[in-house]
Amino acid sequence: MNNILTVARKEIQEGRRNRWVLATTLLLAGLALTLTFLGSAPTGNVGVNQLDVVIVSLSSLAIFLLPLIALLLSHDAIVGESERGTLILLLSYPVGRSEIVIGKFLGHLSILAFSTLIGFGAAAVALVASGTVISPASWRAFATMLGASILLGAVFLSIGYLISTLVRERSTAGGVAVGIWLFFVLIYDMALLGGLVAAQGRAVPALLLDGLLLANPTDAYRLLNLGSGAASTLSGMGGVAACSSLSAPVLTVALLLWAIVPLGIANIVFARREA
Amino acid sequence: MTASVITANVSKQYGGVSAVKDVSFELNAGETIALVGHNGAGKTTLIKLMLGLIRPTSGSVTMLGGDPARGDFHVRQSVGYLPESVSFHMALTGRETLAFYARLKRVEFSNAELLFKRVGLAAEAVDRPVRTYSKGMRQRLGLAQALLGTPRVLLLDEPTSGLDPALRHNFYDLISELRADGATVLLSSHALTELENRADRVIIIDRGVKIADGTLDELRHIASLPTRVIIRLSDMEASPQWSGEWCRQAGGAWEVSVDAADKIDLLKRMTSEPSLLESLTLAEPTLDELYAHFLGRQAAQ
Repeated sequence: MNNILTVARKEIQEGRRNRWVLATTLLLAGLALTLTFLGSAPTGNVGVNQLDVVIVSLSSLAIFLLPLIALLLSHDAIVGESERGTLILLLSYPVGRSEIVIGKFLGHLSILAFSTLIGFGAAAVALVASGTVISPASWRAFATMLGASILLGAVFLSIGYLISTLVRERSTAGGVAVGIWLFFVLIYDMALLGGLVAAQGRAVPALLLDGLLLANPTDAYRLLNLGSGAASTLSGMGGVAACSSLSAPVLTVALLLWAIVPLGIANIVFARREA
Repeated sequence: MTASVITANVSKQYGGVSAVKDVSFELNAGETIALVGHNGAGKTTLIKLMLGLIRPTSGSVTMLGGDPARGDFHVRQSVGYLPESVSFHMALTGRETLAFYARLKRVEFSNAELLFKRVGLAAEAVDRPVRTYSKGMRQRLGLAQALLGTPRVLLLDEPTSGLDPALRHNFYDLISELRADGATVLLSSHALTELENRADRVIIIDRGVKIADGTLDELRHIASLPTRVIIRLSDMEASPQWSGEWCRQAGGAWEVSVDAADKIDLLKRMTSEPSLLESLTLAEPTLDELYAHFLGRQAAQ
């Protein structure tokens, strides 16, 4: 446990030193604030709780940005150290291979969680500061969104670690990471949409739809944030959510599995590998 | 003497290519051993095997009584390792880097200043990011981490590359101290001449095979390379009358190569007429020559 914390701490220290923490926090805060104030212009102040609008825009932002940031942080984690020559020294120390992987993962997760909380939190703080009254239900939804966003980040960190232990070169890891990002964030949904159009209005079996939504962590995230409450009507996800029997706990478990399984495989691969 | 490291008939293959073939040796406590070979001869593979970073295809490695690949805490804690062309995380300072490694080894970090001083890392450099370090400074930081927690076995892969002559000297003094404390020090190198008088024992590796193992004197004996005798005669015009194939060097000196067996006899005859000689120099075969000899013998087989 000590070793995991030591490795995590060093990862955070490095993230702070090479401005990763600062850059991602500023990026997320900047975009969140922009969306909050520009995004609320069309809806005005009529009827809708403003924080709910923010939740919808922020989760749409998070779906694109957090996987990208997570993959950028993590694809390099193992293969980069191996290529730079720092890994061989670390492995000669009394520290287990899984402690290295988990420690680094926790370090990266802390960086990502910090940036998300501060960056997205800034939007809520700005709303409160501008005198908006926010209902407890909206606060709860906002907190759920923050938690789900961090979980989404963890999922893609985990996938990044798997890439990083499987490939032999950093450049390959970078390419695969971009491919994974494009697939889950863009291509998958387009293909799904295409499939629905091709089905020409025939009802898609609920089980198939559920499976397809769970097979992509970004869809599970979208459904978790936008499938219920005020956000569902605002985002138009209510329709999909109504057809699907996936409840919030099921979606959360799916995301947790997405975060744990690739990291677990990465651990096994790394343990077997020869340095 | 007790053996700290034992390799028994160790072989390692990478996808059909043998990096190390059937190598056996023991490294003892309080011994400094030079592991000598060309680049790519298998030195680094052997060191990785001893560290347990890779597992032998056949044979076994024992490090401080255990299998290094198991990664026992007490074994790993007692081993210092300096990789070839060591590298560190660029963003952290020297002090932060050393603190990180000290924490992993559960070593008190309070004597860091002493350690930095010992390896000759200047105080003003310690708190600068490693990014700004020269190769020599990185090497010194690498040594500092290898020395953390007074290791019982030190495996140093090309330790003096990038160090200037003064620091090299300093480095070998450090090695002598460690040896006096009973540590096993393995130095891999292809710069042989500087290992002369520094290593108790030399192990020569060529294409993954151990081709020689012994003290320098033993190796000299096995190789029985001739000693070169260089003399300057009092009479510049004369030529030496002693038997042997004397040849004239630039500057008027004469040189002859004699076998170890004939050396004493020749010296006796020469020094019986001291008036003829102005100066006399003996040159024993250097480590480089020995190495060339063993490699040549290997190639001939």
